[in-house]
Amino acid sequence: MTAYFYSPIAYVVITIFIIISGYFFFNIMSYYNFVVFSVGMRANEMGSQLNVVELILKPLYSNLAIVLLLIVPLLTMRLLSEEKKQGTAELLFTYPIRDGEMIMGKFGACLAVYAIMLATTFVFPIMINFFGFIEWGPVFSSYLGLLLMGSSFISVGILLSSTTENQIVAAIGTFGILMILWVIDASERFVAPGLAVVLKDLSVIAHFDNFAKGVIDTRDLIFYLNFSFLFIFLTLRSIESKKWRGA
Amino acid sequence: MIQAENLTKFFGQTQAISNVSFSAAKGEILGFLGPNGAGKTTTMRLLSCFMPPTSGKARVAGYCVMNDSLEVRKRLGYLPENAPLYTHMTTRNYLHFVSEVKGIPAHERSRKVECVIGDCGLQEVSGRIIGVLSKGYRQRVGIAQALLNDPEVLILDEPTAGLDPKQIIEIRDLIKNLAGNRTIILSTHILPEVSMVCNRVIIINDGIIVAKDTPDNLMDQLQKNTRIYLQVDGPKQKIFEQLGNIKGVDKVVNKESTNDSVFSFMVESKGDLDIRNAIAQKIVENRWGLLEIRAVNMTLEDIFIKLVTTESE
Repeated sequence: MTAYFYSPIAYVVITIFIIISGYFFFNIMSYYNFVVFSVGMRANEMGSQLNVVELILKPLYSNLAIVLLLIVPLLTMRLLSEEKKQGTAELLFTYPIRDGEMIMGKFGACLAVYAIMLATTFVFPIMINFFGFIEWGPVFSSYLGLLLMGSSFISVGILLSSTTENQIVAAIGTFGILMILWVIDASERFVAPGLAVVLKDLSVIAHFDNFAKGVIDTRDLIFYLNFSFLFIFLTLRSIESKKWRGA
Repeated sequence: MIQAENLTKFFGQTQAISNVSFSAAKGEILGFLGPNGAGKTTTMRLLSCFMPPTSGKARVAGYCVMNDSLEVRKRLGYLPENAPLYTHMTTRNYLHFVSEVKGIPAHERSRKVECVIGDCGLQEVSGRIIGVLSKGYRQRVGIAQALLNDPEVLILDEPTAGLDPKQIIEIRDLIKNLAGNRTIILSTHILPEVSMVCNRVIIINDGIIVAKDTPDNLMDQLQKNTRIYLQVDGPKQKIFEQLGNIKGVDKVVNKESTNDSVFSFMVESKGDLDIRNAIAQKIVENRWGLLEIRAVNMTLEDIFIKLVTTESE
């Protein structure tokens, strides 16, 4: 669909600086992580190489998940806010594309950028492969999990971006919502059992754990897909509501 | 091609336009005139499907803007105020992008982009980043993107705002050349532009349409008397009296004089009585020097101010 081609070019060009900066940050962090674990583990468990590898990659990806939670809002903040601020939204809405196509285009473009960013971390497993031996299963499922998780983050980001002209507000809002959804399962112990189950299941990052282990649980899959759809749906409604109010 | 019926738009409690109704035929260039804040941009936004009207209907290119918005937009070219473009892209890339979004099939895109670049005189800047273009060129890129899908209706919001006189002339010529089969609506508050480019004019003030007509008709309607401007060489007081005595003269007004012996007057007479002959004869009879005599018509500016200020009282 033409809408998908809605300018990944533009976004790559503009957000590449964000990616680079974000990536450097996480690259360093991850590498450090990697080195620490390598050195630490190797000394003790020379026999169980598999274990070592698991122990490096799993925390790596989990840490990645957290770093991504911080970075994705930066990627998404300008998606719709910038359009409104610059006035280009006026042109965009008068083009012969449906709102849905436009949102999916932006979402897709952002996802593509995110995927590229993720792909750059693929060097790590490859490097490790030279030294030891990797179970590619968990690696791939981790990437799948990260991708799905990322799409959820992006969908929240795009919703927040649609509500305001101010990019910073959009970024902070996204960040706030993601944080809450991340830690929401921590209150599991302190509330009534019924609510606890619900809360536990709401955490965006908790659903990633299975992927990191190499398990692709359909519950997690569905969670992420539903989550993304929900927020995209809300974004569409938000845009519509603004149109009617004349904002 | 365009029919607006009782369009009303409220922004919260503020009423932006009220019961705006008008129509434009195919091939017409319609001018939308009004002071700032009158509702021109709001009306344009309603017609271009950017926002829905609070009440009222509008049909553009045969489709309803509310119900068949997608169909309208396929046949529409819109340039909002201040030509908001993506400043980080080059002209050509931007136009390619717009052609994609407008649904132009892949094999036709290059051809249309080049076509539009040619029509709008963008050859020199086609490889430049839009952010570094001058305002005049940006407006042209804006018009170019509006033209990509060969629209039946072109809506231009203040296309000459902020341009220097040379650029204004260029854009005006561009617009005139674009008419042909298309219907063009443009909004402006530069009055001479309207008389030069538009077939018909709609004057709007405070959200209400105040006048709808061709510039000439408006001038005829509102010009209640003829005015003649004179420059005469002779004794001021005597000339003044004699002019007043001519049959049909309503009043004589002293105007500024350039030097001590030459005086200027404005003579007004009722209706369209042409008293130039009588004046000339009178002056020659008295052997005064008649240096200049011309009929002064009400300009669109005068009409505009008259309509706009009387309405707001």
